[in-house]
Amino acid sequence: MSGTDDQEPVIRVKGLVNRFGDHTVHENLDLTVEKGEILGVVGGSGTGKSVLLRSIIGLQRPNEGTIEVLGTDLSTLDNEARSRVERRFGVLFQQGALFSSLNLQENIALPLIEHIGLPREDAEYLARIKLSLVGLSPEDALKTPESLSGGMIKRAALARALALDPDILFLDEPTAGLDPIGAAAFDHLIKTLRDALGFSVFLVTHDLDTLHAACDRVAVLSQKRVLVADTLENVAQTDDEWVQEYFNGPRGRAAASSFVQE
Amino acid sequence: MPTQWFKREGNTLTLQGEWTLEHYATLKKALDGLDPKANAEIKLLGFERIDTAGAALLVNLLGVERAGQVDEWASDLPKSQRALIMRIASAMDVSLTLDTDTPNRLVSMLAGIGAQVEGLYRQQRELLGFIGLVLATALPIMINPRRWRVTATVAHVQQSGLNAVPIVMLLTFMVGAVVAFLGATVLQSFGATVYTINLVAFSFLREFGVLLAAILLAGRTASAFTAQLGAMKSNEEIDALKALGLDPIELLVLPRILAMLVSLPLLAFIGMLSGLLGGAVVSAVSLDIPFYQFMNTLQESVSLNHFLVGLAKAPVFAFIIAVIGCLEGFKVAGSAQSVGAHTTSSVVQSIFMVILIDALAALFFMEMGW
Ligand SMILES: Nc1ncnc2c1ncn2[C@@H]1O[C@H](COP(=O)(O)OP(=O)(O)OP(=O)(O)O)[C@@H](O)[C@H]1O
Ligand SMILES: [Mg+2]
Repeated sequence: MSGTDDQEPVIRVKGLVNRFGDHTVHENLDLTVEKGEILGVVGGSGTGKSVLLRSIIGLQRPNEGTIEVLGTDLSTLDNEARSRVERRFGVLFQQGALFSSLNLQENIALPLIEHIGLPREDAEYLARIKLSLVGLSPEDALKTPESLSGGMIKRAALARALALDPDILFLDEPTAGLDPIGAAAFDHLIKTLRDALGFSVFLVTHDLDTLHAACDRVAVLSQKRVLVADTLENVAQTDDEWVQEYFNGPRGRAAASSFVQE
Repeated sequence: MPTQWFKREGNTLTLQGEWTLEHYATLKKALDGLDPKANAEIKLLGFERIDTAGAALLVNLLGVERAGQVDEWASDLPKSQRALIMRIASAMDVSLTLDTDTPNRLVSMLAGIGAQVEGLYRQQRELLGFIGLVLATALPIMINPRRWRVTATVAHVQQSGLNAVPIVMLLTFMVGAVVAFLGATVLQSFGATVYTINLVAFSFLREFGVLLAAILLAGRTASAFTAQLGAMKSNEEIDALKALGLDPIELLVLPRILAMLVSLPLLAFIGMLSGLLGGAVVSAVSLDIPFYQFMNTLQESVSLNHFLVGLAKAPVFAFIIAVIGCLEGFKVAGSAQSVGAHTTSSVVQSIFMVILIDALAALFFMEMGW
């Protein structure tokens, strides 16, 4: 299943340019994600984190630049080859994007049935385990997405992203809307699964605790590019006003000190 | 029984290999063939690969309790795999079976019919309640012109009235032509082709002008109202209005109803005219009834009250269409899918109500001899 060499990065973005009309979101953006790492992506609201994520998974065609995922450029593949690569992704969209006509266990069972060909019964059983794994109760399995709270939607969407035990997990603000206990459990879950399954994680977040607890490296999106991508300690040293404010402001310091004490 | 996934030596069973999602079905079958009691000892020396699906099977095999303590008895297993197995074991430490009892077919069919009837009853009650609410909100506003929302109303008149003029004209023109053809064909055998004029005039002034316009608006405007309000509802915009202390009925519903009350009578009038025109054109072209004779007959033998009877129904239709459209919009709950369902329902309901009221009105007017 793992076709990539350990040395090769799983995601390599070079010279990415994204524009909407005359509004440039990304200008010459470079970024790599190594195999097995959890990369935290931070940046102010509207700096283009979600757009970057959509570009990498091929939902947004960039104006310029190349994006290689798992060793191939998605835009050069035919539909079938592309679908083979795409099923190795697990994506959690910012708004959850659960299928509203299906209940929770069907939402998660869908890729298991379509891609792996499991019988419905087995797929739904695994789906319930996934739901329990992300902190929902199996009784929620028959609920429809419209009857869920915001935090529950996030959890269910995470369960769907994990359905196929993907090689790369794309998470757009997974802990936004979670209670602090749930968010901490999430950090722990991602690390446990990453250690066991060896996947890579592209994690967009505003949650400083998640950055400290789960991320190996942090990439800062600012001024239309990746300003710096390094370990948290090094990033926090960067001489940039926004970065300083972010990591050394009151919240940044509080999060940092709570992790030093542990 | 050596396989890819486990190896039995005497009394010990060593699990190994790729316990992954791709092999789930085969692996599960192979494990079902094992008699768990017969294996006194299970040994874990490390899997080549194991993912959550494989770990779930493993936990099923070992039992939740023993899998949860894998740290204590399987020290040969890599730490990351132990962590995964324990995490899955704790996730499976709840009841994962859902008790869905499949009810009797006949019972569920009867229950379905019952639910439908009850739903219909509730729908009508809600409609009456909503009409009451609208009237109660409208009364104090009517006497206070400063609270009239003229801009919103005019915008809705443009959308639901003005923009519908071409389609209403085209449709009624064609139906007028068809009625004239039908009339001519039937009346010809009595040598009474000239009464085609009366047929077209009666049907359009009393019924078709207003009915066709109403049905068109039911499809065009009731659905638009439902979709607009439904999208706002599912986006919590309606709740936001309420939280700001504003009345969504006053802001959103009244301008729409007022706009319909203005639009539909005008459209009905336009429909009558263009239906008559359709009849006149057919008469002139294929029945050799010249245009001036058409106008003469119209003036002499068709009295004004047919027109009034037809037009009197327009405000009633307008009100009911707008109210149903808005109410269905407010009933939207949660998802975008619900917007679609309620839009469909609002069109079906408003067309049904229009035709029902029209039939009752026809009976009433006939008995009254109007
Ligand atoms: N489809 C679109 N059309 C036009 N502009 C867009 C579109 N999608 C995104 N943008 C613009 O791109 C910019 C980046 O948006 P993006 O959603 O990536 O922000 P973000 O970094 O994810 O912010 P947040 O933290 O608030 O989620 C914004 O200025 C937004 O207005
Ligand atoms: Mg975003």
